[in-house]
Amino acid sequence: MREVLEGSQAVARTVARCRPGVVCAYPISPQTHIVEALSVMARTGELSACEYVNVESEFSAMSVSIGASAAGSRAYTATASQGLLYMAEAVYNAAGMGLPIVMTVANRAVGAPINIWNDHSDAMAMRDAGWLQLYAADNQEAADLHVIAFAAAEELGIPAMVCMDGFVLTHATDVLELATQEQIDAFLPPYSPAQALDIENPSTIGTMAGPESFTETKYLQHLRFLDAAGVIEAWSERFRKAFGREAGGLVARYDPDTLDRDGDAPPASAEDLAVVAMGSVVGTLQATLAPMRAEGLPVRLVGIGAYRPFPREALKAALGDSRHIVVVDRALELGAGGVLTGDVGRALAHTGSRIHSVVAGLGGRPILEASLRDAVRRALADELPALDFLDLKAGGVPEPPVGATEVAR
Amino acid sequence: MSTVHIPFLQTGTLAVGGRLLDDAERSVQSHADRPSSLTKGHRACQGCAEALAARWVMDTAVEATDGRLVVANATGCLEVFSTLYPESAWKPPWIHSLFANAAAVATGIASSLHAQGRDDVRVLAQGGDGGTVDIGLAAVSGMFERNDDVLYVCYDNQGYMNTGVQRSSATPASARTATTPAVGRHPGAPQGTGKSMVKIAMAHEIPYVASATVADLRDLEHKVRTAMAIRGARYLHVLVPCPLGWGSQSSESISLSRAAVQSGIFPVVEARAGELTDVQRIRERADVEEYLRPQARFAHLFKPGGEDGLQRWRALAEANIRHYDLLGGRP
Repeated sequence: MREVLEGSQAVARTVARCRPGVVCAYPISPQTHIVEALSVMARTGELSACEYVNVESEFSAMSVSIGASAAGSRAYTATASQGLLYMAEAVYNAAGMGLPIVMTVANRAVGAPINIWNDHSDAMAMRDAGWLQLYAADNQEAADLHVIAFAAAEELGIPAMVCMDGFVLTHATDVLELATQEQIDAFLPPYSPAQALDIENPSTIGTMAGPESFTETKYLQHLRFLDAAGVIEAWSERFRKAFGREAGGLVARYDPDTLDRDGDAPPASAEDLAVVAMGSVVGTLQATLAPMRAEGLPVRLVGIGAYRPFPREALKAALGDSRHIVVVDRALELGAGGVLTGDVGRALAHTGSRIHSVVAGLGGRPILEASLRDAVRRALADELPALDFLDLKAGGVPEPPVGATEVAR
Repeated sequence: MSTVHIPFLQTGTLAVGGRLLDDAERSVQSHADRPSSLTKGHRACQGCAEALAARWVMDTAVEATDGRLVVANATGCLEVFSTLYPESAWKPPWIHSLFANAAAVATGIASSLHAQGRDDVRVLAQGGDGGTVDIGLAAVSGMFERNDDVLYVCYDNQGYMNTGVQRSSATPASARTATTPAVGRHPGAPQGTGKSMVKIAMAHEIPYVASATVADLRDLEHKVRTAMAIRGARYLHVLVPCPLGWGSQSSESISLSRAAVQSGIFPVVEARAGELTDVQRIRERADVEEYLRPQARFAHLFKPGGEDGLQRWRALAEANIRHYDLLGGRP
């Protein structure tokens, strides 16, 4: 059934249909609509056999999720920005203990300056926490990704973040088709934890590991993470077969001409300029690049679906022979460039690729088609620098040499 | 044939285990089949009152729940000395996550069990004073305020002993720690009384709050049993002398605990829904010196210039005696 839904509502309903045992959250914009909706469903009984816990901080939200997951419940939480950083210690802890918690991150900038709008700097700060990070390009995918996230996380014993752009997706209304309760019940296996706090079979969870075993523990975590790419791909493929639409996957391919998502699209070729991006800006890029293709310009689009584990091989396969890349990046590694660009660069090491980092949409700055078109045209004309800030206001900063002088307050 | 009447003096509350009492009145520890929840092989220091208290607390809770108990532990001595991989000294299902979140992890476990329809399985959280009154206070307060079905036990040794004896906000006035050295014009911890977690817990008006020491293990056991018979958030604060941090002899952990109670320094109380319901009266009043003098952390109080500090300790004891009526109206 197709219905008109806000992104947060779609996510909340889908999460509810995944039958979590414990939902625990602390409110923060722009995550609020998701947890509000879940709290309503917990009260009305639409979300049954589930405890909704209001806590006093994000740190406790993740800690409650840790306890719930370890005690044998499917656990869910949602946060953003400062909230994700406030729970950071527990985020790492959940991964280290192999607890497959699923968390929606309604991506938002991290202050100071405080800013409630969208970019990816929050999730990027947790890129090495040991969680899967799946990015939604639109609200249909945001909802669907949660089903895949629970399935993959629980098979792997690795927690998963579903990242959806704050406001741009969470507060946007779209025509969506939600997975029904029957479909999800048939698709998602019941939660059966590898280890649990069980009085019949008592175990000690969370021991101290000294220098003689810590490296091995991390190595095993690393091996499990290497398995994750295949598991995400397998569940995404199962999802495509069961639901008849694409969601998840490691890398999203797009038809060269229509720019529609198409898993069977050919890889980019040697003459193509490939634009790599993740999150909702992919939609803007579809709209931007389709007319450029129609003009005959050699441009292709590649979307990152899973940022962690980083899909090095799938990305290289999608980029094919293209050696000219523009990465549209919503998070900035200070003094270096876009964060995603760093991952793309590492994946393409020794390929001789020219990679441009276009830092865009920080703190909710709208990413305009015209601006993207201009950046791509400049790249095609070899006029785009290695690092470019999209729509940087002239006069907003001192004239070059930027960095040699303090920005006036 | 003449008979000599030998009084059995070891039948009171202070007799370990109470082996001479009727079976029903005996302590959990007096039975051969006691749970030994914190079992042999752990690495606690000799004379560690935390290990002793934890064993009594846990065994009582295990017995009170008929073995249906899950434990969440904060980072700290208790966690470190009991679970160095690949060993564990814990028999019940036990989890350690972080320093500051034992209360919240316990809430998560309790919520999960409730959602699974397993309200018969109970949850106990435990940590030291650092994990409770300092870094973990927000999570503990949140658990109290929500009245989650968790017994939280704080083993208070009045400092960060696991990291090498630094000051916590439960460290009492004038105590020497690694970060409040006994040097300068005001040696030791700045004056104050240490944060009263019992009063903070009572202010949440949770169903049950109590304090106890290892000097009266039957009382400790009674309080755990009382707590496990109640649903909702419960708090138990146990004073646990630390020979390493306090600079006391390993053999003095019990006598120091007793001196803390009998001098009025550590009130042993019970409260329900925010109201004080029971106070352990001072049996035989001790001077604060009896508590302070054996501890090297207070050695500077007994040197020239230490008299002011000693007076403040006497004032603290007097204030407690008045506030909690520890002498029960006696002079």
